[in-house]
Amino acid sequence: MLTALPTDTRVGELWPDIWQATGETLLMVALTMLIGGILGLLLALGLYLTRRGGLYENRVVSAVLNLLVNFFRPIPFIIFIAAVQPAARLVVGTGIGFPAVVFSLILASMFGIARIVEQNLVTVPPGVIEAARAMGASRARIAATVVLPEAMAPIILGYTFAFVAVVDMSAVAGLIAGGGLGSFAQTFGYRQYDPTVTWVCVLILVALVQVIQLLGNTLSARILRR
Amino acid sequence: MRLRNVIKTYPAARGRSEVCAVDDVDLDIAAGDVQAIVGYSGAGKSTLVRLLNGLEPATSGSIQIGGTELVGLRERQLRRLRLDIGMIFQQFNLFESRTVWGNLAYPLDIAGVGKAEQQRRISELLHFVGLPDKAHTYPRNLSGGQKQRVGIARALTTNPSLLLADEATSALDPETTHEVLRLLKRVNAEFGTTIVAITHEMEVVRELADHVAVMENGRVVETGRVYDVFSAPQQPVTRRFVGTVVDDEPSTEALAALRTRHPGRFVKLELREGGPRQTDVFAVLHERGVAFELVFGGIEEIQGATFGNLTLALDGPTASVDEAVRELAALVPAKEL
Repeated sequence: MLTALPTDTRVGELWPDIWQATGETLLMVALTMLIGGILGLLLALGLYLTRRGGLYENRVVSAVLNLLVNFFRPIPFIIFIAAVQPAARLVVGTGIGFPAVVFSLILASMFGIARIVEQNLVTVPPGVIEAARAMGASRARIAATVVLPEAMAPIILGYTFAFVAVVDMSAVAGLIAGGGLGSFAQTFGYRQYDPTVTWVCVLILVALVQVIQLLGNTLSARILRR
Repeated sequence: MRLRNVIKTYPAARGRSEVCAVDDVDLDIAAGDVQAIVGYSGAGKSTLVRLLNGLEPATSGSIQIGGTELVGLRERQLRRLRLDIGMIFQQFNLFESRTVWGNLAYPLDIAGVGKAEQQRRISELLHFVGLPDKAHTYPRNLSGGQKQRVGIARALTTNPSLLLADEATSALDPETTHEVLRLLKRVNAEFGTTIVAITHEMEVVRELADHVAVMENGRVVETGRVYDVFSAPQQPVTRRFVGTVVDDEPSTEALAALRTRHPGRFVKLELREGGPRQTDVFAVLHERGVAFELVFGGIEEIQGATFGNLTLALDGPTASVDEAVRELAALVPAKEL
């Protein structure tokens, strides 16, 4: 049975590179979640507040935002990363490598996060918003101090979902030499017929996702338990 | 508070024509009064109450509260006005992400009240509504009645002169309803807060209100003191509402059933506070030698005044009964069934 295990794996000598790739993935995902998360939240608020019956109901803005989100969201990331290369050159100065990948990830995740968070915000009962209005709260105050806190538990789950999706997307980084565990697994595992390396990368990714999911669930449940 | 020719229409939506939710309403509410507004769902009462704090802008007409004209005010001016108008809701609408204390502090933050004053005010109100030990509880851990008491406390933090109650007891069981109504009566009595309560439950009107307005299809079809409306409802819709808590006269089916059990002629008599008394009625029947039986109705008490709608079955020689019916009709409003 033991002979079924590949014995000619290079995983032993590759550990330092694996940890470096893990670090790259973590940094990629963290930057994306931070910047893309904030931009996505703002976009979500825009979608939510301008929709019909919203605090800042505005048909034109709502239609434009929806068109924007619906246009970018369905593009598969492997194509998206190539399509936005010119924009990446413009903004981060290069079309390849780590900065270009992070730029693409931020842009792509922003639209996905916007839709997810918008759906979380819609769960806030309109009556609660009406109560705040009846107390004389301004619209901006309601958005910041009622809508967001009331939707916090589902929003955290939404971000957890987005986080896992971004880890998935980050694996495509190799396409433009962006580094990370995904491209490492392809280069040193798949292309060099070393399934052990592939599986080590897979397990690290799975562990990462598990930890994030656990964190998200715990945090959300703690808020819900109030 | 003075409402004149108040109209609220919603523009025609896709496939639907324009909706007139509030149609030419005139209403006066005195300071310190408890005004109930009753109507079936869709009668426009919910919209009407939202015009009073500008949550919905009136299409036309005039709404004056304490000398301030609301119609045409900007959102910013309305916000300042709302600090003086509390509102409570059927679904309580508490902030689930804040503790009871946080809920009560919210309107005080808007009003710019300092922390020390907030502390004093919140603890005072929590005692008033009987929940001093729930300050740090989250709303989801409260019962419906407790939630509404928090809602009332929250609506009172800024010491408003007007409190709007939107079906405030409709989600509560009868006993809790009673509790909340008692609390609202105390609010009215101890703080002198004017209360406008919309409801579809006549029990609430009877227990809480001084005056009542009945709405149907966006219009106020009848207004008056609660006693007057209960004892002498004019409009068919009012009669239906009053009939839910006060026995007026037996329905056709009930009447048919009564006739199989009781011989004689059925006469409904209306006895009102200050009018002829039951003894006067019975004396007439006794004098004519007419036997009688109370088959339907009873005596009601509203705000310390009583009235009765009594349906009697009269039995005796035809001539005597005829004479008795004639004399009764001269004495009190009578109706042969």
